[in-house]
Amino acid sequence: MLQINELSHSYGDHTVLRTMDLRVGEGELVSIVGPSGCGKSTLLRCIAGLIRPTSGEVLLNGTPIDGVPDDLAVVFQDYSRSLLPWLTVRDNVALPLRRRGGSRAERRSAAEGALKEVGLADAGRKYPWQLSGGMQQRVSIARALAYRPSLLLMDEPFGSVDAQTREDLEDLVLQVHQAEGMTILLVTHDIDESVYVGDRVVVLGRNPGRIRAELPIELPTPREQITTRSDPGFVRLRAEVGRLVRGAAASGDPDDSDAEPPGTKTVSATTQDDATPDDTTPDDTTPDDTTPDDTTPDDATSPGGTADGAGVEGAVSGARGGKG
Amino acid sequence: MRLPRIALGAVGVAGTVAIAELVTRTGLVDRDFVPPASTVLVRAAKLAGDGEYLTQVTATLRVWGGGLLLATVTAVVVGLVLSATPWLNNAARVVVELLRPIPSLALIPLALISFSSPAQSKMSLVFYAATWPILINLLYALRDVDPVAKETLRSFGFGRLSVLLRVSLPSAAPFVATGVRIAASVGLVVVVSTELMAGAGEGVGGFLMESQSGGGHPDLMLAGAVWAGGLGLLANFLLVGLERRAFRWHTARAGDLE
Repeated sequence: MLQINELSHSYGDHTVLRTMDLRVGEGELVSIVGPSGCGKSTLLRCIAGLIRPTSGEVLLNGTPIDGVPDDLAVVFQDYSRSLLPWLTVRDNVALPLRRRGGSRAERRSAAEGALKEVGLADAGRKYPWQLSGGMQQRVSIARALAYRPSLLLMDEPFGSVDAQTREDLEDLVLQVHQAEGMTILLVTHDIDESVYVGDRVVVLGRNPGRIRAELPIELPTPREQITTRSDPGFVRLRAEVGRLVRGAAASGDPDDSDAEPPGTKTVSATTQDDATPDDTTPDDTTPDDTTPDDTTPDDATSPGGTADGAGVEGAVSGARGGKG
Repeated sequence: MRLPRIALGAVGVAGTVAIAELVTRTGLVDRDFVPPASTVLVRAAKLAGDGEYLTQVTATLRVWGGGLLLATVTAVVVGLVLSATPWLNNAARVVVELLRPIPSLALIPLALISFSSPAQSKMSLVFYAATWPILINLLYALRDVDPVAKETLRSFGFGRLSVLLRVSLPSAAPFVATGVRIAASVGLVVVVSTELMAGAGEGVGGFLMESQSGGGHPDLMLAGAVWAGGLGLLANFLLVGLERRAFRWHTARAGDLE
């Protein structure tokens, strides 16, 4: 249903996405995971028609996307900014339905239905800011559901909620996917989440952003937080995705796409932090013991900024090996 | 929480009156020039029963309210158009910054000769003075509208105009209201000043003018001034009350962030 052909996008001289090809089938739930600065959000905005890619095309049901497609909804990470504070929860959910026509009563009942589906049947008359973060994100999901899109895009939807809420919301997405059968593209930087939720995981590399690997996730359904996560298959896949993401983070030009100054060496900073005197045997098999978050360049002034990519990768693995 | 604040305000007023009273009663200030506060207040209270005076107050209120309303509508429309067309916004920026600092009082002579009726010239001056605070507040607020909110509506296929009316205008509305409140007090100053200068004997300002002629009645003049201040205070109370009711979401959210 979704076909991405040789998609590239640059901001000025900076190439964010390079010749990306991706196919997503009807009803599939695909997780897109990658280190920060791999162009995940740019990719999602290209698909949503919010930005026009520099080259290449995105086809939705065979039609090239030019402007925002009718059949699509987006759930953003920043729920508190994405919901309109002057509207009640119900009116927020009902608002996009104006694009679909229908009477006020119809829109309202559709909104009530969607709120019920996400477990917020009683919150319709409240205002978004009267709800907790997790509940607000449920409202965003309800708003997308009420719109009945054939493609649902989620941009790091659970990035700003606590761990328990995150798990609940992951299960909500799975349940909604099961019930509605819509196609879902979920962008995340959380490796566990990508494996737990996805039918397929697409790993992006960065600088420029490109597809590094695609892995089918064959885990028993329905998924369950405790049993699925302890499934040997899950553990293996998680390690594999983790390795790919970490490799993607380490091997790219460390000049991050978030306009980090050139010469920012992500991993050399990590090396300094993690290096222990006994890191004698570089071990490539355990680089996934941290979340990709900590590879975000945050120390532009660290020394060792001239190491080339390959050398840096080796050094990181060595450090991790020594630590593990 | 709100009651003590009102009580404190009352204490402030009572204290000021008491000091003013004391200053004249002790002879620190000549009573022939500045009558005691109690005399002024009694005068002001008597004015409330004076039909002729109330007609003057109504004339002032009409000009003031009309100018304010006209300014609000104009500023909102102009602000939306400017923010929707970036090139026009840039072109207008210098003009706005050039016109804004011109004191409306400097335009009184111009307004008086431009319009045949004094009410029209007064209203046009209020309009001029009141437009800027509202327009400037709106322009800044529109620039700071949350991009995520706009992008959300765009992602649901809403066009530029819809996004402007459904996201940008509502999120700027509390700032427009603040602008209106500032404009209201500026507008009152402008009306009364124009009435003083125009000398047509109209409105609160005209009354003040006449109270000074023929030897002068300082108590009457000060009573008129108390009225002008009271009107400003009342307008401010009303507008704050409206803001609290209409923009509860705004204050609630701002409170959240702190």
